[in-house]
Amino acid sequence: MVISSLKETGEYRRMTDMTQPKMIRDATTANAVKTGEPVVAGNKTVGNVRCANPFMVAENINVYYGDNHAIKDVTLEFAKNQVIALIGPSGCGKSTFLRCLNRMNDSIDSARVTGTITLDGQDIYSKDLDPVALRARVGMVFQKPNPFPKSIYDNVAYGPRIHGLANDRAELDDIVHTSLERAGLLKEVKDRLDEPGTGLSGGQQQRLCIARTIAVNPEVILMDEPCSALDPIATARIEDLMDELSENYAIVIVTHSMQQAARVSRRVAYFHLGHLIEVDDTDKIFTNPQHKLTDDYVTGRIG
Amino acid sequence: MQSGIQSSRARVEAGLGRRRRREIIFRVFGLAATMVGVFFLVAFFSTLIAKGSSAFVQTFLQLEVEYSEEALAPGGELDLEFADFDGIARAALRKKFSEVTTRNDRRELNRLISVGAGYQIRDAVISNPNLLGTTGMLEVPASANVDMLLKGNIDRDVPESQRPLSDQQIEWIDQLIADGSLVSKFNKALFVNGDSREPELAGIRGALMGSFYMLLITIALAFPIGAAAAIYLEEFAPKNRWADLIEVNINNLAAVPSIVFGLLGLAVFINWIGIPRSAPLVGGLVLSLLTLPVIIIAARAAIKAVPPSIREAAFGLGASKMQVVFHHVLPLAMPGMLTGAIIGMSRALGESAPLLMIGMVAFIVDVPASITDPATALPVQIYLWADSPERAFAERTSAAIIVLLGFLLLMNLAAVILRKKVERRW
Repeated sequence: MVISSLKETGEYRRMTDMTQPKMIRDATTANAVKTGEPVVAGNKTVGNVRCANPFMVAENINVYYGDNHAIKDVTLEFAKNQVIALIGPSGCGKSTFLRCLNRMNDSIDSARVTGTITLDGQDIYSKDLDPVALRARVGMVFQKPNPFPKSIYDNVAYGPRIHGLANDRAELDDIVHTSLERAGLLKEVKDRLDEPGTGLSGGQQQRLCIARTIAVNPEVILMDEPCSALDPIATARIEDLMDELSENYAIVIVTHSMQQAARVSRRVAYFHLGHLIEVDDTDKIFTNPQHKLTDDYVTGRIG
Repeated sequence: MQSGIQSSRARVEAGLGRRRRREIIFRVFGLAATMVGVFFLVAFFSTLIAKGSSAFVQTFLQLEVEYSEEALAPGGELDLEFADFDGIARAALRKKFSEVTTRNDRRELNRLISVGAGYQIRDAVISNPNLLGTTGMLEVPASANVDMLLKGNIDRDVPESQRPLSDQQIEWIDQLIADGSLVSKFNKALFVNGDSREPELAGIRGALMGSFYMLLITIALAFPIGAAAAIYLEEFAPKNRWADLIEVNINNLAAVPSIVFGLLGLAVFINWIGIPRSAPLVGGLVLSLLTLPVIIIAARAAIKAVPPSIREAAFGLGASKMQVVFHHVLPLAMPGMLTGAIIGMSRALGESAPLLMIGMVAFIVDVPASITDPATALPVQIYLWADSPERAFAERTSAAIIVLLGFLLLMNLAAVILRKKVERRW
């Protein structure tokens, strides 16, 4: 009741942060969970966090920003050739969790990550693994299109260049062309590859960023609200693209749009206040969620 | 509810007049402030140009010089030690005034020629020994007082005892004007000579070269060191209490009075390391220290202004820290860093106080040929000339200021052009 009356999630979050233990208990009692389990820290996620042939596995992940406990004991598996959507109200930790998967949180001094994440069986937080090598395998597309202030060609060629993926110019040309092709951008830009990438429209810029990411030939692609700055037409193009890309990559997408999650993903993970509340197949989450909080969120009562 | 909306509207409208009035008052103040600034700027430049522009021309005496062997080669051959070059110039002038016979009059007449005339004749004869025994027309500088009279800086109407030229001398000058022997020409000496006690021979070449060498050292040291420090502090240094302490101290250093840097230079570079006094090398080192904080602060601001999304994009692709900095951050920050460097250089060029402490205020005639030769700098030269009692130095002070401002303007122009060139247009 308290929660649903506070539509402003920011406000809600601030209040709960101040008196978290009490509020969570209140929320628990107020929103009687369908399964009968209370939502207290340490409790198990509802649904199925496991999947067949897991390619990337996050076990018991906790993230702290200084004293702020942002992600609480999250376990989740990601499969190859599958799109999984992370949803939840603002500030629930889904972006933070996403950024753990390619160690982008390393650059934040106060951030601390515990638990293990393995990629194809290899611990990505181990000392032997260079984050540079990890990020070549786990690419990322950001919320705001952020092409480099360079030409379209140089934008796509940057990754292959720094990783030394092409032996000569012809090979590099080839990588750039196939990447643009797969990102569905080649037709629009093939005559102006030496023009600035920032001169493209928002949707084209975002596809350029996707082309730039797949040029490095990653195994996993993380997308942090990739369509939130785009109009519906550009969004539809990116969503089609995700569908095609999922044939070759594991894709993890954070989104605020439940329609988008329903359209593009095979599985959905619902985050709430740093907890992973429920994970399941997409249609199950949207038609028959097991947890009261998930139900409230997908039906629009909170968030 | 309806009445509530109405009362809000009434209140908004009641306050409108006051808001508009405030805006108008603020605009008037702003305009007035701008006008005051513009007025002083115009006043400054117009007086400067009015006072200094006359120094760019100089009065010359056209004389028919007889390179007599008797005076130049008393032993049969050109003898620089005993040759009387001044005598030749004086004799040439005396020829125009045959009525001058007494010793006193002759001495007064001689004072119309600059001592530079003798040097000029010597140089001419040395470069062309065939002149010996011939006669030719030569343009020699007139003395500063003649120049001042022609430029109207000496008043003919004040009593004779209160002006540097006697009635007799003025009469001679008038005769010279009448027969066309006195001509005004571009004052080349101002740009090719070093300092001199004689205003008509004094030039800023030595000071210019001194300033040039110092700026060379300053840019060569301060920009790389400043840029490296800024990059390290901004991108690589851990953000902790030490970093804060360093930041505070850099900001404080930028505000330290420049003369303190001069004292530091005197104590460390001259007394401890033993670099020669008055050398542009010391000056350059001191000015480097002076400009370093400015460059570091500007460079850090420029680096900070690079959008984090660009860094994230590069990190996300697997660029290492070094690659992110050198491929993306630096190219975007470069225009700001260069602007900061040139602003620092401009400050260094106009600085005089620290140079006084390291002996660059000495009277130095020779143009420095290297960074260890004694030298002065432009602002110090201005200070020295402003201190000189001769009337002719007053206009040269203004002229030197014009040259200094010209160089500052050029540097700022260079900053703008460089910025435009380096800046990504997208």
